[in-house]
Amino acid sequence: MSGPRGSPGTTGGRVSNESGIEIGTVYAADELAASGGTGMVGRPGEYPFTRGIHANMYRQQPWTMRQYTGFADARRTNERFKYLIANGQTGLNVAFDLPTQIGVDSDDLLAAGEVGRVGTAVDTLRDFEIAFADIDLDRITVSLTINGAAAILIAMYLVMAEKRGFDIGRLRGTAQNDILKEFIGRGTWIFPVEPSVKLVVDTIEYCARNAPKYTPVSVCGYHIRESGATPVQEMAWAFCIARAYADGALARGLDIDEFAGRLSFNFNIYGSLFEQVAKFRAGRGLWARIMKEQYGATDPHSMWMRMIAGGGGSGLVAEQPELNIVRGAYYALIGALSGAQTMALCCYDEAYTIPSEYAQRIALRTMQILVEEMGLCDTVDPLAGSWYVETLTNQMRQKMEDIIAATDARGGIARLVAEGAIQAEVSAQAYARQKQLESGEFRKVGVNCYRIEEPAREPEFHPYDEEAARAQVAALAQVRSERDAAAVDAALQRVAADAKSGANVMPGIMDAVRAYASVGEITGRLIEAYGRYREPIRF
Amino acid sequence: MTATDDNRAAPPPHRGRTAPIRVLIAKPGLDGHDQGAKVVVRGLMDAGFEVIYSGLRQTPEAVARIAQDEDVDVIGLSSLAGSHLPFCRRLRDLLHEYRLDDRLWLVGGNIPAADCAPLRELGIAGIFPTGSRLADIARFIREHVT
Repeated sequence: MSGPRGSPGTTGGRVSNESGIEIGTVYAADELAASGGTGMVGRPGEYPFTRGIHANMYRQQPWTMRQYTGFADARRTNERFKYLIANGQTGLNVAFDLPTQIGVDSDDLLAAGEVGRVGTAVDTLRDFEIAFADIDLDRITVSLTINGAAAILIAMYLVMAEKRGFDIGRLRGTAQNDILKEFIGRGTWIFPVEPSVKLVVDTIEYCARNAPKYTPVSVCGYHIRESGATPVQEMAWAFCIARAYADGALARGLDIDEFAGRLSFNFNIYGSLFEQVAKFRAGRGLWARIMKEQYGATDPHSMWMRMIAGGGGSGLVAEQPELNIVRGAYYALIGALSGAQTMALCCYDEAYTIPSEYAQRIALRTMQILVEEMGLCDTVDPLAGSWYVETLTNQMRQKMEDIIAATDARGGIARLVAEGAIQAEVSAQAYARQKQLESGEFRKVGVNCYRIEEPAREPEFHPYDEEAARAQVAALAQVRSERDAAAVDAALQRVAADAKSGANVMPGIMDAVRAYASVGEITGRLIEAYGRYREPIRF
Repeated sequence: MTATDDNRAAPPPHRGRTAPIRVLIAKPGLDGHDQGAKVVVRGLMDAGFEVIYSGLRQTPEAVARIAQDEDVDVIGLSSLAGSHLPFCRRLRDLLHEYRLDDRLWLVGGNIPAADCAPLRELGIAGIFPTGSRLADIARFIREHVT
C-alpha cells in the first residue's frame, strides 16, 4: 500500500501522506500552480463548492450534532434520546442491534444473545412508536444506521411519522442504506449484490416520489476506510457507489435533479489533519463536477456533497484510553475546518462498548467548545488560500479521479464488490498497515511510541441487558397476538409478489409495516425472491 | 475456502512436525467487523501456517463442523461485538461432542478483562485483545501446538 513514509524511529516530518502524495518541506505559488492552480477553488455556496456547500456555512448554523445511540429496547433508547436532546444535541443517530440489522426477529434462533446488545432491538412498528415517543420529528432530525434491512426501517419511520400526524411530504431524516459498502466492511448484508442495489434504488425512487425531503441514502466512505482504504480510495469508491445508485434511479425514469439532492455521504476523519481537510475539499469539488458534467444536473442541491463526519474508530486505541478524548477533539476540529454538515463524534470508550452517558456528553461538549469558544463558526473555509492546503486539495482530487477511472475500467464498483476484489485490496492494505504499526514505521502514540507501563484500564462496560432481551421477545409475541393476521398475510403476500415481479417493493412494505408485520417476516419474503448473499473469500 | 498461498515455500513452523500447523479463523455470531480477522489470517499465512477463514456469521455448530472437517490444530475466534461468552459456552459443548477438546482454542478482539477468567475456564488458552501483535499470536501458537 502507499502508506505514510518517514524514517522509522524518528519523530520528524513525513515524506508522503497516506494517500501516497509526496509532502514538500514548504509550499509556495509554484507548487500550487504545478498542481493545477486555483481554478477549482471558487467561493463557498457556489459551484464547484470546494469551499463549502453554503455561502455562510456555520455563521448561519453550526453543524448538526448527532451522537450515535441506541441499546436494549425501545423504552430505554427513548430515555437516552431525551437525555441527549436535553444536553443540546440537535439530531438523533440510531444504533440498531445486529438481529435487526440483518433482518431477523428477536425470537429467531440466530438472535440468541444478540438482542439489544449493540443497539436497540426493532421487530415491529410498535418499537418505533415507543422509541420516538414525545420527540418532535420536525425539530429533531433522525438518522437510521441501517443497511441490509433499510427498506423496512425507512418504511417503519415514515409510517410512524404519518401516524403521529407529520406530513411525510415534508418530513426530513436520513437512512444510511448504503449496501455496497456493507459488502466491503461492516457486514450487515442479507441479499446478493444485485437485488441489494435494486432495493436501495427502490427506496430512492419511493422517497423521491413520496417523501422528497427525506434522505434515503448516506453513502459511506467511512467503513471502506475502516476496512483498510486510503483517504483517496475512501472518497473515490464512495463516489463510485453513489453513481451506481444514481444510475439505478435514472433507469427508473427519474430526473437526476429529482433525487440527487437527497443523496448524502458519511466519511471517516482520522489521519493527518491537512490530508483530511484536503480530502473533503477535493471531494466536494469533484462530486459537484461529476453531477454537473457527467449527469447533467442543473439544480445546485444535486451537486452538493453533504456529509456527516466526526468518527474514526480505527484511530482510537486501548492504550492510555483518555488520549482518545484528545484525538476526538482533533477529529472535531478537522470536521469543522472541512465544512461537515453533521458530526457524530466518536466517544473515547466507543472501541470497547456502547458509549456511556458520560462519554457521550464529553463528545458533545467537545463540539460545543469548538462552536462557543474556539471561533470555528466565525468564517467559512478558513484554510483556503494556504498554498499547502490548496495544492494538496488539487492532488487529492486528481488521485480520486484516477481511482474512479480505474474502477470503471475494471467493470465498475458493484461488480468488483460482488467478486470480492475491493475487499481483498483493502484487507491487504490493512495488513500492511498492521505490519507498519508493529515495526514502528507508522507511529501511534501509546501504541508504538510514548508507551507507559500501566495496569490495563478499561472504561465501564455497558452490561448486556438480558431482562430487556426477554421483554423484547415477549413484546413481539404480544404484537403478533393482537394484530390483524389476515391483513399481515395479505401485505406479506404483496411484498413477495412485488419482489418476484421486480416491481418497487416499497409500497408493499409500507402496508406490511402498517399492519405490524415484523422485520423478520418481511425480510423472509424478500429472501424467497432474492436469495441470500454468499461471501466471496479472497486473499 | 482455504486461504493458502501456493507461491510461498512455507517452512514447517514447528520442530517436531512435518506438516504445517492448520489454523481456523472464524467470525462468531452476527458481528460484521472482519478487518482484524482478515489481518490475522494474512499474518498467520505469512508466518507459515495453513489458514482457513470461515467468513462472517458462523454459528457454534458451523465452527465446530469446519474445525472437524478441516482437522485444524487451532481454532481462533474474532469477536468485536460482545457476544463471545454465550457463543463460547455453546462451542465448548460442541467441541467436546466432536472430540476436539485437544485443539488449541484462541479468542481475539474486543474482549473485556472481566471476561478473561470465564473464557479461560471454558478452555480458551490464548486471549488476544484488539491491538495484539501478530508476532505474539504466531509465537503463542508455535509454543502450544505439539
